[in-house]
Amino acid sequence: LQLLVFIAATVMVIAGAIGVVVRSRAVHAALSLVLTLFGVAVHFVAMEAHFLAAVQVIVYAGAIVVLILFVIMLLGVDRAENLEVEPLPIQRPLAAFVGLAIVALLTAAIFAARDSGPLQVGVGIDVEVAESSAADVAPRVTSDANIKQLSRNLFGDQVFAFELTGVLLVVAVAGTVVLTRRQRRSEEKV
Amino acid sequence: MSPFAVTAPVPTSTWYLVLGAVLFGIGAVGVLVRRNPLVLLMSIELMLNAVNLSFVALSRRLGSIDGQTAVFFILVVAAAEVVVGLGIIVAILRRRPGATADDLSELRG
Repeated sequence: LQLLVFIAATVMVIAGAIGVVVRSRAVHAALSLVLTLFGVAVHFVAMEAHFLAAVQVIVYAGAIVVLILFVIMLLGVDRAENLEVEPLPIQRPLAAFVGLAIVALLTAAIFAARDSGPLQVGVGIDVEVAESSAADVAPRVTSDANIKQLSRNLFGDQVFAFELTGVLLVVAVAGTVVLTRRQRRSEEKV
Repeated sequence: MSPFAVTAPVPTSTWYLVLGAVLFGIGAVGVLVRRNPLVLLMSIELMLNAVNLSFVALSRRLGSIDGQTAVFFILVVAAAEVVVGLGIIVAILRRRPGATADDLSELRG
């Protein structure tokens, strides 16, 4: 069953990601992005990160994609982009090569790191064994242990960074208001 | 455990890491190829999600909650980044409808 969930969610993620890149209309790309984000949320649930799965759906699929769609509708930029035009002739093959190189490099690094053994848990044990034994022993005790653990870390060890995110959000909101307002004023002047 | 788990291979964190690498590669190609600034923003979201996936997978492998805390902060920063990015895009597209990423070279002083 875990395998089926993994395959289904992976198909969702990859199909959505390819859709984001190849769809010519921005609205279609945004809806493909929703598919990808839900797939990642399913992966989070499969990895027992329940809180992050909920936050992923609420913040990403709920807020960010709605914001993107809102901007698309507001500006009326939903014209089909002509993807046949290639302003730089060598760009696409080069981009595909760079993408494949990134994937190959990361995959090679992952397998090299796996073969060199897990970092802390069970030196000398196969990764799968170490994983099933060490992973989530505590979180399986109760259903909300993941949230409790996360909140203890977040509001205990990382509380200063947590406060800083509040500052960051305020700055981002204020900056956006200033950005969009100044533009309107200069348009009125012109 | 379901009977499937005995016969079928259970997905390990390596699978999730490889999936994260593939997702990151697709997002990088999107950033390199597309010219619509909104789609560029979405491709950046794809790459952030790939990193989130890797963080959660490694947090599970190492049995530590720190990775999930990092994902939480990435989510917050991504939200702020999208807000600011969309503000900039709105400001640019109001002035020049249909601007592409190439037109942004006008921003040079």
